[in-house]
Amino acid sequence: MTTTPTTSFRRTALAALAGVALAGVSQLAAAATIGIMAPLSGPQAIVGQDQVDGFMLAVGQLGGKLGGQPATILKEDDQLKPEIGSQIVRKFIGKDKVDAIVGLSFSNVLMASLPRIAESGTVAIATNAGPSPLAGAGCKANVFSAAWQNDGAAEAMGKFAQDKGLKKVYLMAPNYQAGKDMMTGFKRYFKGQIVDEVYTQVNQPDYSAELAQLQSAKPDAVFVFYPGGMGVNFIKQMSQAGLMAKVPLYSVFTVDGTTLPGLHDAAVGSVSGAMWDAALDTPENRKFVADFERKYKRTPSEYAATAYDAANILNIALGKAKAGDAKALAVAVKAAGSEFKSVRGPFAFNNNNLPVQNYYAFETIKSGSSVVGKLVATPLTRQTDAYHAQCALK
Amino acid sequence: MNSTLVFAQLLNGLQYGVLLFLLAAGLTLVFGIMSFVNLAHGSLYMMGAYFAATAFQYTGSFGLAVLAAMLGSLLLGLALEFVAVARLYRRDHLDHVLATFGLVLFFNELVRIIWGAQPVFLQVPEFLGGAIDIGGFSYPAYRFAIIVVGLVVAIGSWLLINKTRVGMLIRAGAVNPAMVAALGVNIRLLNAMLFAVGAMLAGLAGAMAGPILSVQSGMGESVLITTLVVIVIGGIGSVTGAFYAALIVGIVDTMGRVFLPFLLRQVTERSFADAAGPALASMLVYLLMAVVLAWRPQGLFPANR
Repeated sequence: MTTTPTTSFRRTALAALAGVALAGVSQLAAAATIGIMAPLSGPQAIVGQDQVDGFMLAVGQLGGKLGGQPATILKEDDQLKPEIGSQIVRKFIGKDKVDAIVGLSFSNVLMASLPRIAESGTVAIATNAGPSPLAGAGCKANVFSAAWQNDGAAEAMGKFAQDKGLKKVYLMAPNYQAGKDMMTGFKRYFKGQIVDEVYTQVNQPDYSAELAQLQSAKPDAVFVFYPGGMGVNFIKQMSQAGLMAKVPLYSVFTVDGTTLPGLHDAAVGSVSGAMWDAALDTPENRKFVADFERKYKRTPSEYAATAYDAANILNIALGKAKAGDAKALAVAVKAAGSEFKSVRGPFAFNNNNLPVQNYYAFETIKSGSSVVGKLVATPLTRQTDAYHAQCALK
Repeated sequence: MNSTLVFAQLLNGLQYGVLLFLLAAGLTLVFGIMSFVNLAHGSLYMMGAYFAATAFQYTGSFGLAVLAAMLGSLLLGLALEFVAVARLYRRDHLDHVLATFGLVLFFNELVRIIWGAQPVFLQVPEFLGGAIDIGGFSYPAYRFAIIVVGLVVAIGSWLLINKTRVGMLIRAGAVNPAMVAALGVNIRLLNAMLFAVGAMLAGLAGAMAGPILSVQSGMGESVLITTLVVIVIGGIGSVTGAFYAALIVGIVDTMGRVFLPFLLRQVTERSFADAAGPALASMLVYLLMAVVLAWRPQGLFPANR
């Protein structure tokens, strides 16, 4: 029997109706599920905690919703271990069926779970990492970084030192990939003499020997990358040796909201390169910092700021692409990058899904009894990273 | 490389060594004499630093901070001994390791719950805040204070062990605990006291290190490993050995960090030397330990038995 045009029309109409009805149902039941993965235990727990708190602050401001849909937030601790990170990502994608993964931990953990995320198509927004492979040939359409390309802040300090007309700079970092990347970033913009380049053991507690070396080299300035407790140790010891007055200290990811409580006055006078600081004077940032301090009783760090931004990006994106359609969501996230108001000033996703943003120089100063950052320069404006041309995405 | 720089580095090595000794002295007593492997010794050091930072925050006095750290870790040591450690003496070393490793995790989380994940602040006392000029080098005055405290503890523990009745019992208990107990000495109490004194020294080390290091969760782990190296090199159970070994390890580590990359640069390419230098330097104390173990398995200065 052949189908008459009428029945065929009926069928199509029925199917369309059913489709509309189903879509309606799914829209009614729509709820966004977001998985946050960050280090929540161990010495780097503060970096993860700030990301969770920053994200939750934004979700709270939005009334527990993202894109108008009730949001369920799942939190997992990757313990800064790549193998555990991969397991969590597997669980987020396979079992929890999350709409987006946020956080993604440090570069090494992110890189370990990257294949699984890319294959699944699930949208992921890193709030603490932007490794060069992800920025270059290894870029993925569904993986974003709302943080930075890892070299960015160091490039800004290199430019800052160059603009200041410094002749001789001494470089110091822990002996691992990120340490070397930061020094490469600095050298990309600083054209003067590198007096010496010293790599220390990772998690080395005492820098007395290296500080004696630094003192005898008599450079115009020292540029360091010592994240977390290493930075607290280094700066305290440099300050106690009376070197802060003799050798200007430039740093990245060393003096921030996570380390200032342990540093206090010791960091006063140092200059940090970053894409954000609590001192940035924009209406969005003032509100973010005030709300964060009220809710969590501490000053937010750049890690809280990136996660706060990521939540606001997702809010816009989920308002346009309904939960469940990963491909549409990835497109919406990319567009949302230039639509939302970032706490850091100008922001957009580049072709490689990494940020186009300003990098600032903040001097640490005493303000009354507390120690805060003060904007002294904007060495790089709307900076695109050095790797984006190698990315095949358009 | 001039002579003042070498001298400054020797001083740095000495200061690091003395700090290691504060930790090693307590640990070797417990390890050598009670044959108890205490991985949580680093946690006691961390707790000492936190006690000091908290006391400093409330009183503003560094002296009181050190006192609080010593008293706090002494009490904590007693409590630990009573609650957990005393039940483990008769078990084998693997049980000690497992139980005390659990304690390490427990204490790391505990400080995170109480003090938060951010490092806490502990200041150098005002009168030691400056730096002393040694031939063009400014050396922090506070580090001299650490050296002095370490030497005082070294002399004090030598006197305690070699010149007092308690010291005699400690030495005897190390050789034959059953015989000492049979002579009517309360070996149980002696052990508890020894453990608490070891804890107090770790707390003192934590308080002294607090102003120069980041006081944060997990700060005890890296230093514990070096402390174990010190004990193995010095000879288990020997406080004198721990003292010499701590100085050797402190100086070898410091000198290695400075001069290995420098020496490598003379013979290899710069970029290779920059990467391999720190890696080799971090192995140096373990290499030293391996050599000592091969040559004298009982350590350089074993306790007299």
